[in-house]
Amino acid sequence: MDRIPILKLGGALIVTIQVDMHDRLALALEEDLTAMIARTGARGVLIEISALEIVDSFIGRMLVSIAAVSRVLDAETVVAGMRPAVAITLVELGLELTGIKTALNVERGMALIQARLSKDEEDGYGGDRDRHEG
Amino acid sequence: MTMDGTEVLKRTVTEDEAAILGDWTGALRESGSLQSGRIREAELQTQAKAVLAQFRDALAAGGLDADGEGYASLRETLADISRSRAIQGFTPTDTANFVFSLKEPVFEALRRTSAADASALAAGVWAGGKVLDRLGLHTMEVFLASREDVIGRQGQEIAELSTPVVRLWDGILALPLIGTLDSARTGVVMENLLQAIVDEEAEIAIIDITGVPTVDTLVAQHLLKTVAAARLMGADCIVSGIRPQIAQTMVHLGVELNVVSKATLADAFAVALRRTGRKVVRQQAAVAEERR
Repeated sequence: MDRIPILKLGGALIVTIQVDMHDRLALALEEDLTAMIARTGARGVLIEISALEIVDSFIGRMLVSIAAVSRVLDAETVVAGMRPAVAITLVELGLELTGIKTALNVERGMALIQARLSKDEEDGYGGDRDRHEG
Repeated sequence: MTMDGTEVLKRTVTEDEAAILGDWTGALRESGSLQSGRIREAELQTQAKAVLAQFRDALAAGGLDADGEGYASLRETLADISRSRAIQGFTPTDTANFVFSLKEPVFEALRRTSAADASALAAGVWAGGKVLDRLGLHTMEVFLASREDVIGRQGQEIAELSTPVVRLWDGILALPLIGTLDSARTGVVMENLLQAIVDEEAEIAIIDITGVPTVDTLVAQHLLKTVAAARLMGADCIVSGIRPQIAQTMVHLGVELNVVSKATLADAFAVALRRTGRKVVRQQAAVAEERR
């Protein structure tokens, strides 16, 4: 079964969804991502969906649940690059993804995560974990 | 009996065509459709002549069946005339009268040719009345259909015209809404806005509802949907231009817009500038400050 690769960049994890999401793939992604956050101690998750053309209520719910799980593990989820048609569909389905940050593209999404990371650093969190990793 | 009437009518129209045409154009001239100045006399005469000639042929080919094959070309001609009248702004009465005013000349002609035979005259008049009524109604139908077309097209144009997305500054868009928001328009507005957000890489969109006459629960719901969709794309929305009365009505109705809202577009723009790290300053004040 193919899986969606998860990239680690500093304190953030990046996922780009390039294929049509089917339900099993979505569930596998949620599992992998949760494990990866726990292992690396990432503080931000960027999900890039500019190639995603079709969404259903399941995929929408999955995005919400990934965000919820990430929040429990103290990582912030940013969804970047959503297409207009996808946004309209999700709103019509009543899934407004409250609690998830959104960004127009990867660059802005990373800026959001970077802001969170540097704030954490100022507050004195997160530095330890990074050292363990290194 | 009916067959007789058709025969009488056919013979009369064929034999007396010139006289009927003369009377008819006379009647048309008197009826006042020329006085409005929308159509020239020569044009009216050409139309009358063409219609009468085709009426004669149609009678020969299709009898009294005005919906049949024989009348196809006459119906087409009448439809063209009717359509052009609808666009030129003629009243329905003017348009219907074009056909109905043919009745009198035809009946006159019938009287001239069949005055001696009362039953033939009655049959001819009945046949003529029947077929001309049918043609007149056909004209009206086409007239109304063309008007509907015009209205529909205008509605579409208004919908398209009234949802522009304007770029106020780098990354700041404004969407001035004019007119009531219904589901169909909300769809267009949403698509336009979201596409503009992608094209302009906008961070903030200002939805200005100064031109929206009333905000009820439905309109508010449509607005919220648009705001939610824009948020999913990563852009923030500010709603501006809520008039005092509308604000009152909304509160009384219990409608809540859980978005940032500002009284005027200028206020919203100022917020947008501040959020994107910009500021508008008066030049002279700045100079004065520098001097100090």
